[in-house]
Amino acid sequence: MLKKFIATAGWPRVIIGLFLLALFVTAPFVGVRISTSLSDTLVRFGMNGVMVLAMIPMVQAGCGLNFGLPLGVIAGLLGATMSIEFGVRGALGFATAIGLSIPIAAILGYGYGQLLNRVKGDEMMIATYVGFSSVAFMCMAWLLLPYKNPTMVWGYQGTGLRTTISVDNYWSHILSDFLSFKIGTFYFPTGMFLFFAAMCFLIWLFMKTKTGTAMTAVGSNPEFARAGGVNVDRMRVISVVLSTIFGAIGILVYEQSFGFIQLYMGPFYMALPTVAAILLGGASVNRATIFNVVVGTFLFQGILTMTPSVINSVLKTDMSEVIRIIVSNGMILYALTRKAQVKR
Amino acid sequence: MPEVPLLKLENIGKEYFGNRVLADVSFSLNRGEILGLVGENGAGKSTLMNILFGMPVISGTGGYEGNIVLDGEVIRFGSPFDALAAGIGMVHQEFSLIPGFSAAENILLNREELNKSLLETVFSERLNTLDRPGMRARAARAIKTLGVDIGVDTIAAEMPVGYKQFIEIAREIDRTRTRVLVLDEPTAVLTETEARILLDALRKLADGGIAIIFISHRLQEIKSLCDRILVLRDGNVIRDSDARSASIRDIAAWMVGRNVEEDRPVRAGTISDEVALSVRDLWVDMPGETVRNAAFDVHKGEIFGIGGLAGQGKLGIPNGIMGLYPAGGTVSLFGREVELNKPRKALDRGMAFVSEDRRGVGLLLGERIDWNITFTGMQVQNRFLKGLPLLGNLVRLRDDDAIAAESEQYIKSLEIRCTGPAQRAVELSGGNQQKVCLAKAFSMRPELLLICEPTRGIDVGAKELVLNTLRRYNEEYGTTILITSSELEELRSVCDRVAIVGEGKIAGILPAISPAERFGLLMMGDVEDEGAQKEAVTGNA
Repeated sequence: MLKKFIATAGWPRVIIGLFLLALFVTAPFVGVRISTSLSDTLVRFGMNGVMVLAMIPMVQAGCGLNFGLPLGVIAGLLGATMSIEFGVRGALGFATAIGLSIPIAAILGYGYGQLLNRVKGDEMMIATYVGFSSVAFMCMAWLLLPYKNPTMVWGYQGTGLRTTISVDNYWSHILSDFLSFKIGTFYFPTGMFLFFAAMCFLIWLFMKTKTGTAMTAVGSNPEFARAGGVNVDRMRVISVVLSTIFGAIGILVYEQSFGFIQLYMGPFYMALPTVAAILLGGASVNRATIFNVVVGTFLFQGILTMTPSVINSVLKTDMSEVIRIIVSNGMILYALTRKAQVKR
Repeated sequence: MPEVPLLKLENIGKEYFGNRVLADVSFSLNRGEILGLVGENGAGKSTLMNILFGMPVISGTGGYEGNIVLDGEVIRFGSPFDALAAGIGMVHQEFSLIPGFSAAENILLNREELNKSLLETVFSERLNTLDRPGMRARAARAIKTLGVDIGVDTIAAEMPVGYKQFIEIAREIDRTRTRVLVLDEPTAVLTETEARILLDALRKLADGGIAIIFISHRLQEIKSLCDRILVLRDGNVIRDSDARSASIRDIAAWMVGRNVEEDRPVRAGTISDEVALSVRDLWVDMPGETVRNAAFDVHKGEIFGIGGLAGQGKLGIPNGIMGLYPAGGTVSLFGREVELNKPRKALDRGMAFVSEDRRGVGLLLGERIDWNITFTGMQVQNRFLKGLPLLGNLVRLRDDDAIAAESEQYIKSLEIRCTGPAQRAVELSGGNQQKVCLAKAFSMRPELLLICEPTRGIDVGAKELVLNTLRRYNEEYGTTILITSSELEELRSVCDRVAIVGEGKIAGILPAISPAERFGLLMMGDVEDEGAQKEAVTGNA
């Protein structure tokens, strides 16, 4: 029984799961409240879930992990800032942000997909630089775009967007607080979870369609797919467009929970944690499931939430950032070396 | 002639993973004798030479049976180095020259002439400098033995292919101990003049006492050069004959086998006069299997075979028709032209394809068997899908039940040994994988079935089953089938007519019941005369 469980879950997940459990067990003894820790973990899980989900289409189509996620994030940020610029508040504002970012993400994703089709075999390397350079480009754009809303622009100058923009009066916690409840200090963001579940369902549905099946085949063996009459390049572009759109929606979910829009270098730091999460969940470079997303995001965000509070209390020093870096980069390193076994 | 033969092979046998490739092969070789080794692709020539040369692939797969006796002594080489030390030299089909080195450096690689130096006493001769003039002289001598004129300072990368072949041989000659020289198709890349020079050189070497094993597909060369001829077929020695007494026609017949009329089942299917597939001026740019100009007609309900030696372009024909490799020319199915270079167009027109590259193109190794079988049907014919009632049937999802049901049916009828439709294709044996590929093609319910190498890499039992399945499918549904295979015997047993491809062209088309040597001659590059060919193309033969 136990052996079978370990075999299906995989050793890394068992070890990290046990580690996370140990952190939760230790927490009360070092003065960390378990209920807040748990709700922190759940909130962060909900915040990041959709962005991790965005990895699935590209991985399944054989385009590798979407290190170019910042591109989708930028589309989301454009949608968010535009909805605020137009002054739409509440649920409608959030819907506007999503509605505006999807076409932007689709256009950016199409170009990004065309680029990746020209560099088959090196997708992840190129994707990383697409992410980097798009962030750098937008650093200029944020300053130059003609935004006017006073909540967003630099106060003393009247032009250029600020690095951090509050969404408090617009759509802060619009999903999180929907049907949410509190038991003591434990807070559960029901709405955000429902939204994440809906997104998972959409991906699941898509992967079951004819196109989704063809996409999986392209990722599994492009030559087979081609001989089966599938346009391989088109499938890859569709997967990249989907990944980018989900990245855009993902950052909006993140922002409404966080309460702030982070511009400039903000998107820069989004790709690595999401990649690490899905790999931690047991996905490989060319196969990922929704199960991988859920497990991986929970474990990764759990570790990120718990290690700082618990270990800092134990060691009485601030090690949180160091541990965070070791865990997230260590996981990426581990998963990318596994690639050699997966490939024939 | 000395009493004791220089090299003697006694009852050599070899199995690869339960697949017998050599059985009871015995022959002997005297000093100064040239033995011609002929056989179709896969007859066991390469395996035999690998055993002789002590290649690791042999010991890595369980060794071999029987004995090799060199100069009265039983030998068993652990590695090619042992074979070299014992005086067996081998020239491979692939060039193993270092492109940036000169002819002399390549010939004397690792056997260089050295200058004496003090450092040698302290360390080893590894620190000695090279004696360049000495090396040049030695290399020049080796090249001269071959009777060609190649500058010893020429860089290997800048030589024409023919020269490279000579350098390879010169390298083996330079080894003073070389007593047996094995040449694996040395003339394949040479022009006629170069080949003649080479043959003369080999004759000279043999006169000097070196025994030579010469492997070639060009029977004319074998006949003119060799003293004796050994014919291999399916791992058995078919004939060990004097070269002078055997005619080329005889050799060809021995190679491809006996006539098969006797055990040929009576055909139940009917062939109509209607032309199903018509190919004209077809060229296909498939690496290693280039098709230059192919033309033939296949009738409705016919099983048409395409044979020929490896690399002549037979595989390029079906791959080109299916649009998998860049191609040009005219291909029509039932009178309507098929667009080339787009696999989808060919599939839409009711063609189904079984690739020779089973693992690379034919299967989704990491996915379930039922996905493998139904994928093309789903993508091309929109089958195995069900509408989602909630969304007004706009979104259509995979119908996993229908997929499993279809696959169950083929698993049963083709006797695919597996744990069920959910098993991953990679876990199946070669024969069962091939059946999955066939099921994928059958599931398309094609008008025309193109099958490449249906029995490659599968055991004898599975071979029979696969061929019978094809025959049955043809009889039951009247499907036109185009089979491409390296095994002529197989084509002759299943097909109605067989085309032999040589140098990217159809060398000739014969009814399958034609005598074996006529096929053999076609394979050897003897093109049928114009009239007969025209007749064969249109199928009025």
